[in-house]
Amino acid sequence: MALVGESACGKSVSALSVMRLIPYPPGIIVGGQVIFEGRDILKVSEDDIRHIRGNKIAMIFQEPTTSLNPVLTVSRQLSEALELHQGLDKAHASEKAAELLRLVGIPDAERRVSDYPHQFSGGMQQRIMIAMALSCNPSLLIADEPTTSVDVTVQAQLLEVINSLRTQFGTAVIIITHNLGVVARYADSVNVMYAGRLAERGPTDAIYNQPRHPYTVGLIASVPRLDLPRRHDLSVIEGLPPNLARLPRSQCAFASRCKLVVAKCREQRPELEQVGKDHWSACFRHNDVQQLLEAS
Amino acid sequence: MVSDNVLVDVKNLKMYFPVLAGVMRSKVGDVKAVDDVTFNIRQGETLGLVGESGCGKTTTGRAILQLYKITAGRVIFMGSELNTLQGEPLRKMRRNMQLIFQDPYASLDPRMTAGDIVGEPLLVHGLVKGKGYEEQVSELLRMVELEPRMSVRYPHEFSGGQRQRLGIARALAVRPKFIVCDEPVSALDVSIQAQIIKLLMRLREEMNLTYLFIAHDLSVVRHISDRVAVMYLGKIMEITHSDELYDNPLHPYTQALLSAVPIPSPQVDRKRKRILLSGDVPSPINPPRGCHFHPRCSLAIDACKDTEPGLNDIGGEHWVACHRVSK
Repeated sequence: MALVGESACGKSVSALSVMRLIPYPPGIIVGGQVIFEGRDILKVSEDDIRHIRGNKIAMIFQEPTTSLNPVLTVSRQLSEALELHQGLDKAHASEKAAELLRLVGIPDAERRVSDYPHQFSGGMQQRIMIAMALSCNPSLLIADEPTTSVDVTVQAQLLEVINSLRTQFGTAVIIITHNLGVVARYADSVNVMYAGRLAERGPTDAIYNQPRHPYTVGLIASVPRLDLPRRHDLSVIEGLPPNLARLPRSQCAFASRCKLVVAKCREQRPELEQVGKDHWSACFRHNDVQQLLEAS
Repeated sequence: MVSDNVLVDVKNLKMYFPVLAGVMRSKVGDVKAVDDVTFNIRQGETLGLVGESGCGKTTTGRAILQLYKITAGRVIFMGSELNTLQGEPLRKMRRNMQLIFQDPYASLDPRMTAGDIVGEPLLVHGLVKGKGYEEQVSELLRMVELEPRMSVRYPHEFSGGQRQRLGIARALAVRPKFIVCDEPVSALDVSIQAQIIKLLMRLREEMNLTYLFIAHDLSVVRHISDRVAVMYLGKIMEITHSDELYDNPLHPYTQALLSAVPIPSPQVDRKRKRILLSGDVPSPINPPRGCHFHPRCSLAIDACKDTEPGLNDIGGEHWVACHRVSK
């Protein structure tokens, strides 16, 4: 499942809330539920959430360099979760650590497992992060912009690693990204966020072929494509995303940038409405979005 | 409009940085950031320069502008050999060439107002006196679609996209002929990226500008460039017209690079052939012998390990540096 949107639309905060990792104060989860394996994670005790975090739900962060501890060997860092959650002893844990490194495609894993993070390149560090996240066979993996700081060829390698592990172990993956190409290639379903709320949610093919929210249309059309003739004009979403601190509650947050805006959009905030099979849109004019597509 | 006149001619450009080590800081080697690069840019043309981080694309741009003292080679701009110029003559030439930076947060002085930032080049080059100054600053802001009344604001009061517009206005202030755009949109969100790309393309037409457009995003480069050069470890691997490069990439590295970019359309992307490169880019301090790409190349033969392939024209202005590609 992919969570897409621009900076500061609330993608990462949504993911961190699932893990209950929002620092308090200032952040408070004011409402809602996060149902994981039948239980509301927001209601379980601090002890219980610690058994879920890193064990059942694991996370990969954007910056591998800052997420790894520079003074501990890779083996030590990988073993920590194994000893804590799986109760392995030191010897077994470090054996498993080497195995994990091999799994994510680090050459010469047995030897390199005793190296320190700075001895690895950025792409390799991110592989270590993936290995760490997968160490306890989580049922859910949250990848928060896992490839933003790496080059395209390395990005392709990393995404293939995550994808093959997903099929191998049946792990569910939430990928947070702003790269619409990555979404098209790997995601089964897509959630599009704008200004802290879901704008549209649906199966990947439906989102790309029959989008039902003007923001989704704008987002897809504003990316230049390698496969289309050059010199076609980029369509542009005019204006800027709204300031979340001053967001009016009684109107659609996208109204000021929307090409389909009508009076109602400025008086009332649209809620998610079902528009197709597993396909939801928070737009009053979701039936007219098709016109926008034809026009562009 | 692209004309036949060559505006920038780069010949055998080399830019090495010394690696110092030990107590005496003695030189133990070179980082060959740019290693024997030759290309030209015509008047009105946009040349895209793509490659992964550390391949030398930014260094190439800066070396052309004489922001570094180049190690070897020649840079000829508007008929004069820039690398031989010094002092006042070089300063005069600088008016014709400008740079737009990647990071709109770091490249604007936080203690100067927008108006001062945009107007400073006018004063430095003595292009305006007295009353005309404010008028010109307003005009520049309008050109990049900012409102003149914003000139009293400070950089932190602008959004990322607006700051990049300020950076562009500052570059335009001296009415340059040539602009090096160094990753001008990579720090921006997609919807803002599209706005800035559109602005750069409009300004190119209106002011008859020539761009060297450096970026790692191949889709963006294709969109804006007439020709594209692909760099790898300080060398140009392939250079040709934009459409030709994307329709008919010949170098194995170009092919891998293009196939690594996912297309934002599930149907189209599923049908594409994918080439997955193994390993990382080697260090430019100690690049592989022979073809720099051979350790990661699936087509490598013995010749690739020993001799370095030259950049050969295979017809139709399509140049490739690969032993496995022939006419």
